[in-house]
Amino acid sequence: MASERMTVAAAMVKALEQEGIKHIFGYPGAAICPFFDELIKSDIQNILVRHEANSGHAAAGYARIMGKPAVCAATSGPGATNLITAIATAHMDSVPLIAITGQVVSSQIGRDAFQEADITGASEPFVKHSFLVKDKNVIAEVIKKAFYIAGTGRPGPVLIDVPMDIQKQEIDFEYPETVEIRSYKPSVSGNKLQIRKAAEAVKNSRKPLICAGGGIFTAGAVGELLQLSEKCDIPVISTMMGIGAIPTEHKNYYGMLGVFGVETAKLALQESDLVIALGARMSDRSVTSLLPFNDTVVIHIDVDPAEIGKNSPVNIPIVGDVKKVLEQLLTELGEMKHEEWQDMLYRNKLECREKNRAEDNCAEHVSPKHFVKTLCKHLPDKCAVCSDVGSNQIWAANNVVLTDQGRFFTSGGMGTMGYAYPAAVGVKVAEPDREVVALSGDGSFQMSFMELATAVQHGINVKGVVFVNNYLGMVREYQDKNFEGRRTMVDLSGSPDFSKIAEAYGIKSETVSKDSDVESAVKKMIETDEPYLLQVMVDRTERSLIE
Amino acid sequence: MKHTISILVENNAGVLARISGLFARRGFNIYSLAVGVTDDETVSRVTIVADGDDYTLEQIEKQLNKLIDVIKVRTVKPDELLQRELVLVKVSCTAAQRHELISIAKITQAKISDISIDSMTLELSDCESRLEKFQELLRPYGIKEVVRTGTIAIQKGSAALRA
Repeated sequence: MASERMTVAAAMVKALEQEGIKHIFGYPGAAICPFFDELIKSDIQNILVRHEANSGHAAAGYARIMGKPAVCAATSGPGATNLITAIATAHMDSVPLIAITGQVVSSQIGRDAFQEADITGASEPFVKHSFLVKDKNVIAEVIKKAFYIAGTGRPGPVLIDVPMDIQKQEIDFEYPETVEIRSYKPSVSGNKLQIRKAAEAVKNSRKPLICAGGGIFTAGAVGELLQLSEKCDIPVISTMMGIGAIPTEHKNYYGMLGVFGVETAKLALQESDLVIALGARMSDRSVTSLLPFNDTVVIHIDVDPAEIGKNSPVNIPIVGDVKKVLEQLLTELGEMKHEEWQDMLYRNKLECREKNRAEDNCAEHVSPKHFVKTLCKHLPDKCAVCSDVGSNQIWAANNVVLTDQGRFFTSGGMGTMGYAYPAAVGVKVAEPDREVVALSGDGSFQMSFMELATAVQHGINVKGVVFVNNYLGMVREYQDKNFEGRRTMVDLSGSPDFSKIAEAYGIKSETVSKDSDVESAVKKMIETDEPYLLQVMVDRTERSLIE
Repeated sequence: MKHTISILVENNAGVLARISGLFARRGFNIYSLAVGVTDDETVSRVTIVADGDDYTLEQIEKQLNKLIDVIKVRTVKPDELLQRELVLVKVSCTAAQRHELISIAKITQAKISDISIDSMTLELSDCESRLEKFQELLRPYGIKEVVRTGTIAIQKGSAALRA
């Protein structure tokens, strides 16, 4: 490809086109205007959000469903600092995000100019890598590297900060076809000796257990996971990020583990003699606190060597791409049966379901667990359920029903409130034919409901659900348990009627107040072919913890 | 336990901030840090002396390796390392004391780098423990200022750490 004369801003747009970018989520300001100005000439669609953090969350939703980097853009100073929460959220959950920020003109850097913020410095702890572009001639290489770094190995956010004057300068642009970074060579295949050791451990195990993390999706290893579980008859539990890695109604699936997980998953972890952790961070909320059993053998497979042994001891570490490693492992393993082990877990699963069913019925309010189950019953297979953070996240995580086409998105590591709606916007933009629902609590929804305007403006057909209990429920539970019931700063009285909020944005909505009305309300919402908001009145005392 | 970690990095702006930031936010303590360009001008070498048990050291190495600008990380056992640090010590020194200080310099193989009517600056490159002894010898004269570079280290024998 011959080089072409153009401005850096135009080159940035051309580079994004070369990377196959079709949409950008952004918010303007003077310092990013040269770049935005060039977008007009491109087929890349601009989605204007209403807060910069939400441009990051929307791009994250887009990236997660597409399995490749997505782009958000903001201006210098407060625009850039507003992005940080989204960048940190993506970092924790290994989401490939390209964040482009405008910067004040080069000669003003370091002088505390208007809307100046050291964003490469401020975002440093939360990015996989970042670039401050000081030389106009490196822009093509920087963007190429940014996409490569963000999307390979353990994915993560990469920030590109471009001073306004640099954006306007002219260069000879040629987009590199390949990229080589001598200091960055992510592992792909697993060590053969370790794979053999792992296979031996599986063969010797009477009660093996797979713990599936978000890495299954990142690696595109859903098929290999299912194959391993079925071929070797191994039960599967998942972390919150791993929900849907195997269909939730699969006979081998026993639910989410962890502090807020289900009883059967906890039992499985306690009773197992071999845990195969796949693309899971072994975080404090999921595994670590539950793994004090010295005789349990742990195989940990992860693309990031730093995650192995960080939080819990490992017997057989394997560094590599989960899909590739599972392929290798599967060739070493024949068919197996673990009937007694599966029967024990299955009986427990049924008992728990029976117990939960008894608690479900509620005449005066909507039971959120019942709601999530009913919602999923009517959602098409190809759906995405985005949940927010708080009680609503746990209700969603433990009751969501997904087939092999469904996905569940939430802010797993960072626990960022306000994530669901903008993330759902991103998912819907990426795959318009997928039914996308954002489940929020009244606390989290009030952190991002300005994005209803984004949905209306761009005709993004996202279905929003708000569970209303006028409480920050999860913190309330925490205070009840750890502060002798002294509740501070958790009463959300004064919150608006969300159906009126929807009406103000010109969005259709309905309010449901009892379980018997849920089914028809859900059906109506799904049938509506435009943005929609369902307000769900929940008992103020409804808890998220199961016991 | 103290570890001496040698890190080869891309000679880019901001690399040192990324490395020191990583140590700070992961709670790793740094005793000393020295950085300079290598014979390849695109590569800088950072030598960090840090504190931690084996688990901490493993985490430090892994987290350093995750930084895109970090090319190689190596921690070598102290007895296989040649470690050096440079110190400049400015001491009070009357005309009558000059001979004593000159003889200390001779014995310790320090250099007298500067002299004034009432002070003397001595320079010594050696391992950390000998620098400390050197300082002890000078203390009675009245130390006005001490400047140390931080430890740099190279592996003994023919093995070389290159990008």
